[in-house]
Parts: sequence; structure tokens; C-alpha cells
Amino acid sequence: MGYALDFGWLDDAILLIANGAAMTMFLIAVSAVAGTVLSILGAAGRRSRHAVIRQAIAAYVEFVRNTPFLVQLFFIYFGLPSLGIRLDPVVAAILAMTLNMTAYTTEIVGAGLDAVPKGQKEAALALGLRPRQVFIKIVLPQALKVIYPALTSQIVIMMLESAVVSQIAVRELTYEADMLQARTFRAFETYFIVTLVYLAMSIGLRRLLVAGGNRLLSGGVS
Amino acid sequence: MIEFTLWDIVRNLLMAARWTILLSAVAFAGGTIVGLLILFMRISKRRWVRRFAEYYIGLFQGTPLLMQLFLLFFGLPLLGLRIEPWTAAVLGLTLCASAFLAEIWRGGVQAVPLGQWDAGSSLGLHYLKQLRLIILPQAFAMTRAPTVGFLVQLIKSTALTSIIGFEELVRTSNAINNATFEPFKVYGFVALIYFALCFPLTRYAKMLELRALKH
Repeated sequence: MGYALDFGWLDDAILLIANGAAMTMFLIAVSAVAGTVLSILGAAGRRSRHAVIRQAIAAYVEFVRNTPFLVQLFFIYFGLPSLGIRLDPVVAAILAMTLNMTAYTTEIVGAGLDAVPKGQKEAALALGLRPRQVFIKIVLPQALKVIYPALTSQIVIMMLESAVVSQIAVRELTYEADMLQARTFRAFETYFIVTLVYLAMSIGLRRLLVAGGNRLLSGGVS
Repeated sequence: MIEFTLWDIVRNLLMAARWTILLSAVAFAGGTIVGLLILFMRISKRRWVRRFAEYYIGLFQGTPLLMQLFLLFFGLPLLGLRIEPWTAAVLGLTLCASAFLAEIWRGGVQAVPLGQWDAGSSLGLHYLKQLRLIILPQAFAMTRAPTVGFLVQLIKSTALTSIIGFEELVRTSNAINNATFEPFKVYGFVALIYFALCFPLTRYAKMLELRALKH
């Protein structure tokens, strides 16, 4: 087999690949922020006094964690319109990614909340802070510091998993790769380059998050 | 035009789920074998062998599984190998699983106290026997919960093989959806089938985790 690899198409494709990568970063940025905020609410709700809230959140977490992301995506994009909810592909992708991430990070944040010593809460209450202030100012910052590394890993995993949103025609990195290889007939080379881009992005994103965490969270991330 | 009853949909999905189960089982078995090799390399005494295993694991954990599948599916024919979706799916999931399993088990090996190695060598056991008789049984016992947890992840990952054309649960559901135009029902059932497969395993992993904490 005399197959010669050919990367001659790359010059014209760089802009498309960069656009796709930017879209992937946009998707993960939005869903990481939304997912983290929601999972703080979720973790707090998981420790609520009301059994209904606790059980509803537990059921949600279990359901999402035990079904594939691809199926969740198809359900949201293809299934919801029959309930009259029609979503733009990008919105559907962000929604699916956020809901998926929330299920995983709710558990992570919850573990962090449990790791904060009870005495911290009691001390804050004794100082006259209201329960909400205690949660936001005392418990949450300490919990976030503990879970930050796990949160970082989860965000990187979600970024890699976002490759499948190309299946509902969101113009992100994988989608651009699919289009490119259909045009150049250089499937292997195209996916090879794009895989390298993903690898660089996952390493870069992790570094960025760790550096950001060191700055934001007092005392740094271990 | 053929009418699809609810039972037709469910029956076809359940038939397709057999392929999902088979693929998961084969990939898990293959991943265990290759994963052991990678584990041995990862804890080798030679630095470059350790490095290689480290990069191998980093490569599979740092790139999307979908890309790995595409590279195998389009890359192996370039080497002159005829490849079908099934082959690419098994190979891709096996390699990916091997990287994750090796990393999980390495955590177990590292958690075994160093004195256990010393005890092994003072009994006159050579390296491989120390591993087989002393270190690995303890490492596997400690990592049972994350290993089962990874199996759940692997079952969910098989959904991606639908994209390279392997006829498993998701691909079949796409076809059924195209015929019935009932995506809500079809994908809802698909989600339920995956849930039925994964949830007992998740529970089992949780049980193992709690039991390990007690000891």
C-alpha cells in the first residue's frame, strides 16, 4: 500500500480549525460556569430539610450519571420538540452539557461541603452570621478549595466529551473536522491534527484552571 | 407504511441492547488484558518504560474517545487492514479502557505499603512473583469500586460507536426514530435501557466503596 500522508490542505484549514476550537471553548466555558453554580444549589438542596427536594436531586443525579451523554443530547435536541420546546443546536448543546456536568459536580461539591468541619459553621453562627451568610462566606469557600482539583478534572472531561455535540450540527471542533475530511478526503490526517488540537486544549485548559484556582482561592490549590 | 407499535419499538431496542452489552463485555475483557500490560510498564523500574506508559495513559485520557475511534476507523485501512465498525469499536474501546484501568490499578499498587515488597523479597520471591502473589491481589482488592465504576463509564461510552456505524443501541434507535418520528419515546426508552444496565453496577460500586471504608 503506497499511501502517502498529505497535510497540504492544512494551510487553508487552520482558520476553520481555530473557529471550531473557539466554539468548543465557548461551549465548555458557559456550561462549566452554569454547571458549577447549579451544582452548588444542587449540593445545598441535597442537604435540605425537605425530603422531596433531597430525593428529587438524588434521582436526577443518578439518572444522568447512568445514561450516556449522547442519548441525553439526542433526547434534548430531538425529543423535546415533541413537547413544543424547540432548541437551537448551540442552546441544546449547552443545556445538555450543563445538565450532564451538574449531575457529576453536585456530588463533588457535596463531598466538599461535607469535608468542612462542623465547628466552622457553629463558630460562624455563634458570631451572629445568618445561616445564608454562613453558607456563602464560611462553608462554601472552604469546600470549593477542597474540591477544586476534582472540579478541574470534571471540566476537562466534559470538554473532551463535548466532541459528540457535532452530531447535532453544532459547529465546534469535531464538526469542522467532519466537514474538512469530507472536502479533502484526508480523513486520517484531519482527525489526527484535530486530535492533537484536543490534546493541547485539554492540557492548556487544565493548566489555566489550576493557575486561575491558585489566584482565586486563598492559600492556593494543592 | 409499517405501523410500529410500542412493543415493536421496545423489542427492537432490546435486541440492539445485546450488542451494547457484548461490546462492553469484550472491551472490558480486552481492556483488562492490555491494561495489565500498561500497568506493568507504568510501575516498571526502567524510566523510559514508565514514561511510555505515562504518555500512553495521558494520550487516551487527554483526547476525546470519538477522535480515537475516528483515527482507528480511518487510519487502519491506510495500513492495508480492512476494518469494519465492529473491529474499530472493539479496538478503540479496548485501548481506551486499558489506559483508564491501568491508571486506576496503579493507584492501588501505590497504596500497597512498601514493606509488602520487602517482605516478598525477603521470602525469596522474585519480582513477578511478588507482584502476582502479594502486590496485585491487594491492589485489586483496594480498587474494586473504581473498577466497577469504570465499567459503567465504558458501557455509556459504547454509545459513541454508533457514530462510526456500529449497530448498537443508539444507532438502532436513530433508525427507529427515523421510521416512527417519535424521538421522545424512542430516546426515552433508550435512556431507560442504559439506566437499567448501569444503575445496578453503580449501586454495586457504591456498596464496595462503603465496605472498603469500613475496613
